[in-house]
Amino acid sequence: MRNLRGNPMARVGLVLVAFFGLVALLAPVLAPPPQGSRDPYLIPQDGISSEPAAPSRRHPFGTTELQFDLYYGMVWGARTAFKVALTVVTASLLVGVLIGGLAGFYGRWVDDALMRLTDIVLAFPDIVLAVVIVALTRPSLQNVMLAVAAVSWPSYARLLRGEVLALREREFVLAARALGASDARILFRHVLPNAVYPLLVVASLSMGRIVITAAALSFLGLGAPVGYADWGQLIALSRNWIGGSAGSPFAYGHTVLVPGTAIFLFVLGWNLLGDAARDALDPRQR
Amino acid sequence: MARFILRRLAFLPLVMFGVTVLLFAALQTLSPEARASLYVKDPRQLDALDEVIRQYGLDRPAHVQYGRWIGEVLKGDLGYSETAKMPVAQAIRAFFPATLELALAAFVPTVALGVGLGTLSAVRKDKALDHFTRFVAITGYSLPAFVLGLVLLMVFYGKLGWFPPGRCSDSVLLLTSSEPFRRFTGLLSLDALLNGEFAAAADLLRHLVLPAATLTYVSIALLLRVTRSSMLEELGKDYVRTARAKGLPESVVVRKHALRNALIPIVTMSSLLLAGMLGGVVITETIFDFPGMGRWAVAAAQQLDIPSVLGATLLASFLFVLANLAADLLYALVDPRIGVG
Repeated sequence: MRNLRGNPMARVGLVLVAFFGLVALLAPVLAPPPQGSRDPYLIPQDGISSEPAAPSRRHPFGTTELQFDLYYGMVWGARTAFKVALTVVTASLLVGVLIGGLAGFYGRWVDDALMRLTDIVLAFPDIVLAVVIVALTRPSLQNVMLAVAAVSWPSYARLLRGEVLALREREFVLAARALGASDARILFRHVLPNAVYPLLVVASLSMGRIVITAAALSFLGLGAPVGYADWGQLIALSRNWIGGSAGSPFAYGHTVLVPGTAIFLFVLGWNLLGDAARDALDPRQR
Repeated sequence: MARFILRRLAFLPLVMFGVTVLLFAALQTLSPEARASLYVKDPRQLDALDEVIRQYGLDRPAHVQYGRWIGEVLKGDLGYSETAKMPVAQAIRAFFPATLELALAAFVPTVALGVGLGTLSAVRKDKALDHFTRFVAITGYSLPAFVLGLVLLMVFYGKLGWFPPGRCSDSVLLLTSSEPFRRFTGLLSLDALLNGEFAAAADLLRHLVLPAATLTYVSIALLLRVTRSSMLEELGKDYVRTARAKGLPESVVVRKHALRNALIPIVTMSSLLLAGMLGGVVITETIFDFPGMGRWAVAAAQQLDIPSVLGATLLASFLFVLANLAADLLYALVDPRIGVG
């Protein structure tokens, strides 16, 4: 931990993540949903004109195509980003820990069967498999989370299997066994807690990638519906306007730059933190 | 050595069997009516839906269905693509060359720059170049391809008008699909050169610049860090000190000694990157409206055109498995100890 504090990169990462965390927590204060809104994640629309409006007093970050307010979208989008990242990490950690833990702990045919399954899932390029899953389950934000979790768990499973294989031969595990502890007790009380740090490092490193993949699916029109506070979906609304207008090529630049910067800084924050955590754990890589 | 290669080759059909079983299991979430389009060669066959269901045994037990389906797949019958308005196998033949062209245009600079900069960065650890490289790496894997691509389009197309989206101009499209134009490789820019159409080749290359640059930037990060950390590890070892103590020039120590030994993770990462690029440059192709496999798969997914999505996925995972195999075989080349065991 001391390493983490002394590392300026880690500090930048921490500040970024904390900033977005605060924005997400304070979303109802920073951008109060309009009266009578049935879902705060739906961005209020100011008219229906297709042309995006530049930043103004009324809309500090401007609006997108169809007049969705970008400021509102950024603030509530931070919540969406955390929701997606935390849900996916939790789900893939649970599956990965279960599969990797069982494979490493029981070895033999259990190991063979579970690891071959892991190999097969790893035989798909991430985004392609995610696209298939979303296409089969119908596009929605929920299914995007499901799809990203389905492609994320194998790395946890592999990592944990390796850790468990190394740990299960250690003396304290033998001692627990000699004392008559059950398999479940040994696995959950003795083996897993000792394998938790590498898992957390990989988890923090994968937060950024998860958000990018989920945003990409939304960008491709396979995730959150139009008007939902989701950064990837908001960037998609800029695609018709990147040419600018006659004489001012960057007239609609804000429609890309505002949500683009939000995603970039959020992911950067997590990656800086994850890098620092990995360096602290494995100084060889520095 | 031969045994090592054979063992690896035997693994390929096993993994592909697993991949197809998994995909087939996922398909079972759909109704037989929805799956019928996976079998037909012509959309008109779907008018007689019951006939198709009976003919291909879609009402039979799952393992029987799998047998029928995999038989069709092995024959190259992947169903009809509603998105491309042609059979899936034909659509793959139409879209894959564009993806291959883009992948090569990005893969070559990715490896050259990734390994080169990564090595230099390790040699000059904590110097200005190292900091620059690490900055490129961390921004490269924090910046989504769709953000970078759109910004590049805004500047180089919207403002400067240098690099338009798409694969080529309309006139070049007409030329390349005309009778006298011979498609030697399917890589249109190369074919244009071989046909002596230099203006067309320039046009095709101009369209390739932005997507290739985007793909390179987002892919290079992984290779940079793998090269850097692998080189750092090797440079710290005793044999490097010995080589230096013998008085060998530093360039020989780095290139002939350390880099050789650092190659294994670099080879792995490179082959996975190439496979990823070939299998689905989903986002980059969509942004730049580049007519390859990725853009087709996304359009198909948006329309819930399952046969197309499945065909694209089968090809992507096959290439991925193939790349892993290639990496294993390259290991044996890079490190002769591996093939012996």
